[in-house]
Amino acid sequence: MSPAPRARRRSGSERAETKLTTETELTTETELTRQSPAWPQVSFQDLMATVEFRVGQRAHITVNSDVCRSCTTKDCVTACPADLFAPTSDGGILFSYEQCFECGTCYQVCNSEGAITWTYPDGGDGVVFRHG
Amino acid sequence: MPSELLDAIVVGAGPAGAAAALELARAGRSVVLLERGPFPGAKNVYGGVVYGRVLDNVIPRWWEQVPVQRWVVRRSTMMLTGSQALSVDFRSEAWGTVPYNGMTVYRGDFDSWLAGHAVAAGAELVTSTVATGLLRDEHGAVTGVRTDRPGGELRARAVIACDGVNSFLAKEAGLLPQAAASHHTLGVKEVLDLPAPVIEERFGLGPHQGVDIEMLGATGCIPGGGFLYTNADTVSVGIVVSLPGLARAKVRPEQLIADLKAHPAIAPYLRGSSVREYSAHLIPEGGYDAIPRLAVDGMLVAGDAAGLCLAAGLWLEGVNFAIGSGLAAGRAVTRAIGAGDTSARGLASYRRDLESGFVLADHKRLRRAPGLVLSDRIQQRYPGLLCDLAEGVFTVTNPRPKPGLLRLARRSAQRNGVRVSELLRDAAAGARVFR
Repeated sequence: MSPAPRARRRSGSERAETKLTTETELTTETELTRQSPAWPQVSFQDLMATVEFRVGQRAHITVNSDVCRSCTTKDCVTACPADLFAPTSDGGILFSYEQCFECGTCYQVCNSEGAITWTYPDGGDGVVFRHG
Repeated sequence: MPSELLDAIVVGAGPAGAAAALELARAGRSVVLLERGPFPGAKNVYGGVVYGRVLDNVIPRWWEQVPVQRWVVRRSTMMLTGSQALSVDFRSEAWGTVPYNGMTVYRGDFDSWLAGHAVAAGAELVTSTVATGLLRDEHGAVTGVRTDRPGGELRARAVIACDGVNSFLAKEAGLLPQAAASHHTLGVKEVLDLPAPVIEERFGLGPHQGVDIEMLGATGCIPGGGFLYTNADTVSVGIVVSLPGLARAKVRPEQLIADLKAHPAIAPYLRGSSVREYSAHLIPEGGYDAIPRLAVDGMLVAGDAAGLCLAAGLWLEGVNFAIGSGLAAGRAVTRAIGAGDTSARGLASYRRDLESGFVLADHKRLRRAPGLVLSDRIQQRYPGLLCDLAEGVFTVTNPRPKPGLLRLARRSAQRNGVRVSELLRDAAAGARVFR
């Protein structure tokens, strides 16, 4: 980004409330296109890094891997939007609670009674959505 | 926290809880409003539009103070295939002026604002506190809640459970089943940074004006839909999918959003944006037939806890239903306390109130809609049929003459595996469901 278009854009956005010039728009669009010529691939780690988690001491969800070993579908693994259920080599499940959205998908899709013990994090802990 | 007997405890400071607490406080009742997040709305996610008219008689001229992102003046329904898109696009200048129709918001702002009105009316808001269970007397009547604060038992004449889609209080009271995947959808959303002038240019909007685009055919083989709506300097894009469908398909939710963002009809809107926040939440979409009993002795349920999201295809509403039910619950508890009877019978005016108003009237009228909207043909075949038909109509195949609409329709139906008899049957079903 050269300094010139930046300055133009700033002066443009000051006027944005009343009148948008074509030039301002083109500049902004051009800048955006230059920043990302192709569709940007955001890694899942980067996606999760955008979310605020106030991680508590207590694991609010626990998984009994012994129960999971007899589960043939393991729906939690693909359905959890935070990707917190990892299959282990011995056929069980390794779960980490720190980046949980507290959505409830896992226990809703789980067919194995006793596999998932689900509670909310302690008051004030857990996910904090700013733009939900 | 107060140790004396309260008039009411409201669990959850989302729109249902804030509305309930507001009614109670205005009636002069002592009420504690519990919120497990650090602020109201911290745990909440929605998918497009908040319809504010339910507040007309509650907060006069609410539009002058509500923390709005954009007023929705454009509402678009899009049908997608991998390479086609057919839109029905409506806009109205009336929606951009008082009293407005719908708005986009950030739930942290909106829910905190509404809870602020309850506090101003005299409710006591206690944040960062989980209601971990119900207190009950020897007859089983609810008498209060346990919280995760030391010595944190709270007692009241009535409890209103507004603790959201996973409502563990409603489950403990036997009102909701422990799990019911088929009555729930998962919403997954990305909020993307885009400068306000770029949003206004790309979506054809003026300052403060917004658009809400709902999509069919955006979730592959999984029943559901996509959405895209504008905030002041971000756009929110996401998908809503049936839980059993998601589990069966073995597709990762973030992949569904990535596919939608890359669709040729959507990608140009989002070019150059970067992710500000990723989020996910369950939605109770079972409709009227999945709504639980709404009262037990000493307790009412409202909002998502009562399954009151309206997911009827043309209409996708939740926050207004939460507010409507919360207001009614607050009124019912006020009446019951006045009459000295907060048993389920004493609280029965709640359901009558909801049935005579929009909350249960709309749900009852549209009780078959969720099933129809998520049915196989609507989800998997009609978007392709309509897109193929549009492509046939608008493709000029000179030197051959135009094929005629009826032939095009028959060909599009055939190509998408739809029989004419099925079309007629679904049209009749649609007419019945949306009558």
